[in-house]
Amino acid sequence: MSNAAPARFNRHGVWAIYRFEMARALRTLVQSLVTPVITTSLYFVVFGAAIGSRLTTASGISYGAFIVPGLIMLALFTESLSNASFGIYFPKFTGTIYELLSAPVSYVEIVIAYVGAAASKSIGLGLIILATAALFVPIKILHPGWMIAFLVMTASTFSLFGFIIGIWAKGFEQLQFIPMLIITPLTFLGGAFYSIDMLPPAWRAFSLFNPIVYLISGFRWSFYGTADVSVAISLSMTIGFFAILLSLVAWIFKTGYRLKS
Amino acid sequence: MTKSYASGFQALKLVNLDINKGEIFALLGPNGAGKTTLINIICGIVTMSSGSVIADGHDIVRNYRAARSMIGLVPQELSTDAFETVWATVSFSRGLFGRAPNSNFIEGLLRDLSLLDKRNSRIMTLSGGMKRRVMIAKALSHEPQILFLDEPTAGVDVELRRDMWNLVRGLREKGVTIILTTHYIEEAEEMADRIGVINKGTLMLVEDKKELMKQLGKKQLTLHLQTPLTQIPGELAPFNLELKNGGADLVHTVESASSVDISAMLQRLSDLSIVIKDLQTHQSSLEDIFVKLVSERT
Ligand SMILES: Nc1ncnc2c1ncn2[C@@H]1O[C@H](COP(=O)(O)OP(=O)(O)OP(=O)(O)O)[C@@H](O)[C@H]1O
Ligand SMILES: [Mg+2]
Repeated sequence: MSNAAPARFNRHGVWAIYRFEMARALRTLVQSLVTPVITTSLYFVVFGAAIGSRLTTASGISYGAFIVPGLIMLALFTESLSNASFGIYFPKFTGTIYELLSAPVSYVEIVIAYVGAAASKSIGLGLIILATAALFVPIKILHPGWMIAFLVMTASTFSLFGFIIGIWAKGFEQLQFIPMLIITPLTFLGGAFYSIDMLPPAWRAFSLFNPIVYLISGFRWSFYGTADVSVAISLSMTIGFFAILLSLVAWIFKTGYRLKS
Repeated sequence: MTKSYASGFQALKLVNLDINKGEIFALLGPNGAGKTTLINIICGIVTMSSGSVIADGHDIVRNYRAARSMIGLVPQELSTDAFETVWATVSFSRGLFGRAPNSNFIEGLLRDLSLLDKRNSRIMTLSGGMKRRVMIAKALSHEPQILFLDEPTAGVDVELRRDMWNLVRGLREKGVTIILTTHYIEEAEEMADRIGVINKGTLMLVEDKKELMKQLGKKQLTLHLQTPLTQIPGELAPFNLELKNGGADLVHTVESASSVDISAMLQRLSDLSIVIKDLQTHQSSLEDIFVKLVSERT
């Protein structure tokens, strides 16, 4: 048996984890596809047709079209969080994490693989929702490059967030805790289904403390060219959030927090 | 190295150990002695409190990539994926440890472990013994030069245990260094080149197995007498004899180093008309040595 000197970047290792995580989704491919398509269609039936027909938006876009970016973002948040947190929590739960900890992979590689896989899945999902939505309402994308950029950045950020939650969580209920109690409410209050311009001034000012507002606003701007807040702020909020999470994950691996005893 | 867990419990108290390249080293010790802790530190699963470990010249912390690339681990607990196939999980391990895919190698490995016909089975459909073999296949998938087996034969049937012993010997022939823990003394006795005994976080002894057997191995010859004796006749004084069992048994203890002329002793007995009904010999095994060590020094 012979071992060559190990490479500086363990690409085989990253690829192995990435493939493993993607295979997990492929095993439940039908579920992963059908569920979002049905959910999106339901949103359109309820919000787009039933309620939306009585609402108009300031920018002259139909309400149905207006909520598409918000819907995609909502799915992106929840799917990224649940995919990534489950991906790392499960090996901790079953004990198979021993192999990851004993493998010659750096924490950067581990993060790239897990977060990359979770982000890929939710980006795929976002695109499926977009395609489904296009069946119901006319959609235009003014800045496709920025649209993809926001999609990728948001998916990566929330996957990284989910990854951290997965490491932190000590039980399955804790996995659900942050998504259910924080992200979903913030998304609903963050202009997924309305423009914060529609709100009374006091609420409006209050909304500006909600980071989700910036993410949704930036994403919606890439579609229709109108935004609740400046696109530059949206962009820097996303990048800033990502940077904070990166340093958190660096600290986790440095100290072995909830990974090693 | 030393290790105190977050609870404050000191699982390893200054352990100092050298493993020779290419040997089979058996680590023995009662439950909770610190065997798994020691192995998990070396493999990167537990962080040590102080000290350092060098694997083939690579510091396991500073140069973890080089060190871990050459180490394989079969942990004590059976933890495997459930939905993956045998083939997928073993290929995954190889990739994780930075090796390019090599289906010929994996096929050979699965054949050696009698898993080839299960290659496309999901792991959850396998029996416990098969799962253990899958874990061994995973540990060997990247062709490690150092292999840790943490109680590889716990809960394994006789046949699989034999298979495993053969596998380990085969690996040693290929130059792989093997460190195993076990509760089965016979396993250490049969397999190991050197033996370490650990108890309550302290390494009590590290010794060449043969030396150990020689030094501590006592041979006893028990003679069951026709008529019990009340005392040992003076003529028998040179022979290191004891009366046991109410005078019915005469026990001669051979310390390994000494060489007593047994035939002379038997001749003397016969001269004294002491009739021997039956006789029995006993050589202390590693088990006796182990029990003695662990009970004496605690
Ligand atoms: N994560 C942990 N936190 C606190 N104490 C621990 C932890 N893991 C192990 N210990 C303690 O450290 C001691 C050594 O445990 P270890 O698992 O190394 O023993 P062992 O020799 O492998 O035992 P066994 O033969 O039962 O496998 C035990 O007293 C155990 O309770
Ligand atoms: Mg143990």
